Amino acid sequence: MADNTNAAAEVAAGTQAGMPQLNVGTFDNQIFWLLVTLVVIYFVLSRVALPRIAAILAERQGTITNDIAAAEDLKAKAEAAEAAYDKALADARAEAQRIAGETKAAIQADLDVAIEKADAEIAAKAAESEKAIADIRAGAQDAVKEVAKDAAKDIVALMGGKADAKSITAAVTARMKG
Amino acid sequence: MADEAHGEGGGLSFHPMDQFEVKPLFGGYDVHWYTITNVTLWLALAILAIIGLMVLTTSKRATVPGRGQSIAELMYGFVYKMVEDVTGKDGIKYFPYIMTLFMFILCANFLGLIPMSFTTTSHIAVTAILGFGVFIAVTVLGFVKNGASFLGLFWVSSAPLPLRPVLAIIEIISYFVRPVSHSIRLAGNMMAGHAVLKVFAGFAQVAAIAPVAIIGVMAIYGLEVLVSAIQAYVFTILTCVYLKDALHPHH
Repeated sequence: MADNTNAAAEVAAGTQAGMPQLNVGTFDNQIFWLLVTLVVIYFVLSRVALPRIAAILAERQGTITNDIAAAEDLKAKAEAAEAAYDKALADARAEAQRIAGETKAAIQADLDVAIEKADAEIAAKAAESEKAIADIRAGAQDAVKEVAKDAAKDIVALMGGKADAKSITAAVTARMKG
Repeated sequence: MADEAHGEGGGLSFHPMDQFEVKPLFGGYDVHWYTITNVTLWLALAILAIIGLMVLTTSKRATVPGRGQSIAELMYGFVYKMVEDVTGKDGIKYFPYIMTLFMFILCANFLGLIPMSFTTTSHIAVTAILGFGVFIAVTVLGFVKNGASFLGLFWVSSAPLPLRPVLAIIEIISYFVRPVSHSIRLAGNMMAGHAVLKVFAGFAQVAAIAPVAIIGVMAIYGLEVLVSAIQAYVFTILTCVYLKDALHPHH
């Protein structure tokens, strides 16, 4: 039943059983529509799509080239800036060293003056002190002599002797010199 | 062929070739040259697919492309590089024609893989127009560009002199076979793959072997996806090779 209707349809369409590809009756139809299609596709591609894609690709290439050039520019600028920074740093360091040296020299000079002054003062004070000490020492020696004389007189008196002042003084002086 | 299959198949009914029938789209049985048929429909869908793929995706003209635009650029770059590599710099001006062929065959092949669709490139009438179109265009171009020296293509000057007439005959035969092989290769590949798919689908009517048949359909379908792309590529690159022969006929 299905075969019959199928066959009837085929007969009506002017086809024979077999490969539809070899049915010459449909060739003119296929060829006509194919040519229409190809022409349409050709115009769509050559008028719209291909120029547009070519423009996009060219624009991208241009953008990339520009960006790379800009990046190289910026890199050069960064390097220049780094060099300038290094130079400024070196200059500043030299300046700082110079200032430090000057300051140190000035301080040293001040210090030298101060030290000299202090030394002089110290020397004066020391001399004064020495003098005072010598005075004190001299005073002390006299006092010692006095005490020793008294002590010796007392000791001699205690021992029952009677000592004259002159001999005791002579003995004490002799002792102290020794 | 189809009739035999369902005559002897008993319960099975195979119609592997029915999918290739050209039928009027709006009733009637007569197919005149102007009739709007399923061929017309699927050719129109191919045009729409190409417009969608190449025009709509690039409408933003983005410097950083999106997915669609990447595909369009990839297609462009692929065919452009093929033309440049095979035919050389002077072949670039024929790039739009070759792109037209490539995009048409590619889209028609892939549209034909949609179930229930009609594969326009499985018809010898279509591929013969493409094949002979390339052949005639290339031959005319060869004579226009090179004059009579285009015939040097058949005279292999690097071969020993006694061999040259024999080689010339072989070269001439192979030259004239080009459009035939060019068109039958494409139509045959598309037709065979789709017919095999239909046969496997027919076996799925039997419950016992249905799983195997369906796995078979899936496997063949995967293969057909590959074949669709590869045949479009092969057709295009052979067109480029023929074009190169026309532009530089000397070996």
